[in-house]
Amino acid sequence: MAGMTVSEIRDAIAGRRMSSREAVQGCLSQIERLDGQVCAFVSVAADRALDLADKIDARLAKGEQVGVLAGVPVAVKDNICTRFGKTTCASKILANFASPYDATVVAKLEAAGAIIVGKTNLDEFAMGSSTENSGMFVTRNPWNAECVPGGSSGGSAAAVAARMVPAALGSDTGGSIRLPASFCGVVGLKPTYGRVSRYGLVAYGSSLDQIGPMTRDVRDAALLLDVISGHDGRDSTSIDAPGTKSAAKLDEPIGGLRIGVAKEYLGEGLADEVRAAVESAIDVYRSLGAEVVAVSLPHSEYAIAAYYLIAMAEASSNLSRYDGVHYGYRTPEPDDFIDLYSKSRAEGFGAEVKRRIMLGTYALSSGYYDAYYLKALKVRTLIKDDFVEAFKKCDVLACPVSPTPAFRIGEKIEDPLAMYLGDVYTISLNLAGLPGVSIPAGQSEAGLPIGLQLMGPHLQEERLLQIAHAFEEETDWHTRVPPMADAQTA
Amino acid sequence: MPEQIDERQVRHIAVLSRLKLSDQEVATFSRQLSAILAYVGKLNELDTSNVEPTAHAVPIQNAFRKDEPEDPLTVDEALAGAPQRAGSFFKVPKVLDQDSA
Repeated sequence: MAGMTVSEIRDAIAGRRMSSREAVQGCLSQIERLDGQVCAFVSVAADRALDLADKIDARLAKGEQVGVLAGVPVAVKDNICTRFGKTTCASKILANFASPYDATVVAKLEAAGAIIVGKTNLDEFAMGSSTENSGMFVTRNPWNAECVPGGSSGGSAAAVAARMVPAALGSDTGGSIRLPASFCGVVGLKPTYGRVSRYGLVAYGSSLDQIGPMTRDVRDAALLLDVISGHDGRDSTSIDAPGTKSAAKLDEPIGGLRIGVAKEYLGEGLADEVRAAVESAIDVYRSLGAEVVAVSLPHSEYAIAAYYLIAMAEASSNLSRYDGVHYGYRTPEPDDFIDLYSKSRAEGFGAEVKRRIMLGTYALSSGYYDAYYLKALKVRTLIKDDFVEAFKKCDVLACPVSPTPAFRIGEKIEDPLAMYLGDVYTISLNLAGLPGVSIPAGQSEAGLPIGLQLMGPHLQEERLLQIAHAFEEETDWHTRVPPMADAQTA
Repeated sequence: MPEQIDERQVRHIAVLSRLKLSDQEVATFSRQLSAILAYVGKLNELDTSNVEPTAHAVPIQNAFRKDEPEDPLTVDEALAGAPQRAGSFFKVPKVLDQDSA
């Protein structure tokens, strides 16, 4: 069971060849076997999952109508609120936080019959690119336990790669779905900003955050997107457009495809083996009849600076809600009311979260607002306009996800700026609010996965996934299994 | 843009951020925040005098819903995560001292 995809499990359960209990039990066994090494899960809700599986099985036995994901086990990043268990954001400040409500994506998954088996690790409050900033523990890359899984949705990526679950939800503020997907050799989709409701996603950078699926193949990403997308009155930034129907359209011919290649994404700092993987991927599209078009995104080199100013400013504002009063951690013996805030926050937040709150507060403070925050918002306009121009000449852009494959644990943790610079190929997309997907497209000499990123125009997820799927039909990178998971499941 | 943040400034930002930092953290943040600000100073290479700011990638304004009552959280649900409560209130240390009362 541990090798099966969402669509295979779904079909097996619907066809009564497998029970939902068997599917959930299969995941729990794999978690039991491997998560001591990988450390992908912050919490596992085994009893609840088995109970829900039995209910689905009973409904199927009675011939009742069930949802499109009936009985399929999934995992959810631990910054997405669930009424069961805890929602920790991998932060000490929320270590005991129990949400009084479900996120819209959780309600939609469960309404479709999916079964949430656990909550996955992340960089604290989704702030990071390696999952080393987790306030709980460090998650390891299933392909090489000495390497990071990427971040911030590192737990979700590692859980899917190690076959502990067939799919998981992540969130992407500056690459936090696509980067770990690339490092772990899975598919990670960041939808258009506003495509998926963020009600119940713990806020980090509100003009950038977006929830998306992480899966083993493109079909499963399409299946999950179709379930979680659509307008939600509870999220005031939700786009008033119907949900996607991408799974049904996946096999339509992609004819007349123009692939854009931006020179700014293949320049200095890109590792040779990543460049080679991206270039061979472009050749695959060429062999499918695609026209390859040279485009330019001239303001790309300013994206990291603009992104971090905007994300940190928004973070400093969003995280002011952690006050030691309403919920979360409170320092035991405050001197006075102000001390209650300052000590609770100092004791509850980790170093990276403090750094971002500090920098964001500075960028928004009197005298610096225009020079930093407003300047960054103006540069954001230039970056967004670059994409508008590029998409006049092509249907999608093909580029790397990260300059290198997964790096070693500890390698960048003492140098925050070096960590930020690794996000160079992912963050422009968040600034522009556009959809993008990372798909497995190669392997380094050291045996680490390399992802290809495809970026599309506003609300064009269906077309984007068709194009990603066409690549998957020609290649077998997405079928590679990390040795650790392979040996154990054989 | 000033590109150095000295320890005095770090302490000031920490007060604004409501973060009680150790001396060690103040020293580390002074160094790290200065490095980050030096990097973002790169934005000054661009002339943006005629560029409108983008606060949101998707221009949605005034998202209204129908004014229909829904069931809100109960008081007990809303207070369930409170570190301290007193009856149906969040309990906090005294806010006003005698001088300011």
